[in-house]
Amino acid sequence: MRRLTVLRTGPQALVQDLGRPGYAHLGVPPSGALDEPALRLANRLVGNPESAAGLEVLLGGLAVRAGSSCTVAVTGPRVPVLRNGSAVGSHAPVHLADGDVLEVGTPERGLRCYLGVSGGVDVAAELGSRSTDLLSGIGPDPVRDGDDLPLGPVTAPAVGADVLVPTRVPDALVVPVLLGPRDDWFGDPAGQLRAGRWTVSEKSNRVGVRLTGTALERTEAFLGEELPSEGIPTGGVQVPADGQPVVFLADHPTTGGYPVIGVVPAGVLPLLAQARPGVPLEFRPQAQLGLDPLFR
Amino acid sequence: MEDMRLRRCGPDAVLVEVDSLDEVSAVRAAVRAADLPDLVELVPAARTVLVSVRPGTDLAPVRRVLDEVDLSRPAEVGSREVRIPVHYDGPDLELVARTAGMSEAEVVALHSGTEYEVAFCGFAPGFGYLVGLPEALRQPRLDSPRTKVPAGSVAIAGEFTAAYPRATPGGWRLLGRTDTTLFDARRDVPALLAPGDRVRFEVAG
Repeated sequence: MRRLTVLRTGPQALVQDLGRPGYAHLGVPPSGALDEPALRLANRLVGNPESAAGLEVLLGGLAVRAGSSCTVAVTGPRVPVLRNGSAVGSHAPVHLADGDVLEVGTPERGLRCYLGVSGGVDVAAELGSRSTDLLSGIGPDPVRDGDDLPLGPVTAPAVGADVLVPTRVPDALVVPVLLGPRDDWFGDPAGQLRAGRWTVSEKSNRVGVRLTGTALERTEAFLGEELPSEGIPTGGVQVPADGQPVVFLADHPTTGGYPVIGVVPAGVLPLLAQARPGVPLEFRPQAQLGLDPLFR
Repeated sequence: MEDMRLRRCGPDAVLVEVDSLDEVSAVRAAVRAADLPDLVELVPAARTVLVSVRPGTDLAPVRRVLDEVDLSRPAEVGSREVRIPVHYDGPDLELVARTAGMSEAEVVALHSGTEYEVAFCGFAPGFGYLVGLPEALRQPRLDSPRTKVPAGSVAIAGEFTAAYPRATPGGWRLLGRTDTTLFDARRDVPALLAPGDRVRFEVAG
């Protein structure tokens, strides 16, 4: 059997693919790679379908030994990559012979690198996905030191050429947010969001990016009010009672009872998922334009 | 659709707000029946339905379906009928009976003699909020929630009854327990209960 043995996971290594959207009505979060473009790129580099499962590696530190010949690639923020102790670089396919050891260093910026491997990580799928969902425990357990990860069959040769875009992680984030569905719970929601200043909290995880800073204030009419639980979209900016917003990522609860003041577009979330604790963050609220197909 | 409020929920979703669980059910059934190709999530809740489409696609087809929903017409009853055997020996059975002013046997007869419908799921995978609870059993949560409610617990809170798919903290009043598996991600049909399903609890032999 083709396999990869994990010698060291580093702070956290998880099997992730594109997740299991479509089950929120059963209480199942979408899960999946937080920096989805990075996982897709890693898969393309090693000749996989973009949907194959790889490893999401938090703050580097991963070491794996090939149990058979395979091609691997590391993407996400730029990061040192070593094969048998020699630098080979990220964002390029690397061939490993049986017994070769690949090490991923610590990225200077950003949080999450992705290891793609030819054939994909072939653990059992649950609800159509191999992703580890840290909120609800669906999918494989987090990877542990010594784990043998089975690899699937190789379907195509590694391409070796692609549009190579290492995730660029800025020192400060300016995040667009569309107001709604519960912006009316807040006085001048656009003004509060635009004027507020936050930093990424160390309590952030795959469930959400927690922010510390300006408390968003409700209008008089909604003080102490409770909202019947309602569906939450990925990217939803929920405001708990203390006013400190949370931007929900892939492992978010499917419903919640705190108001969501706005929603961050899906395309911006990979960057948020790379933001380290302490990174300053501002919002740029946007109202819908007059041509909104929903309200036309 | 005079009583339906559409709330923008990012570029790819809309939160439909209505006034009752029946209206939630009508909206959910209509969107589901439309079988929209780009639909990703359809999430009913207590007073809302979240409808999301594939990022980058258009919400206009969703709007067209919503324009046609008749909120006064109840949704067609869900096709699945689920029976859940229950051992009615829960730690709050006596409290529930006292609060309702009836005997424990009467509580069991009432709870197991009623047909429920899954209004929505949430809180945890496979946790269904069932409606149809008789008036006497509509009781508040415990003053102090338990740190651990065992998996399979059958419980009531407010207008809902439910069975816990796995051990979690919880403040619902526990009537009993079931051995039935409510959620298993590796099953073909992972969740025993889905919105629209009809449910009966039976006294386990």
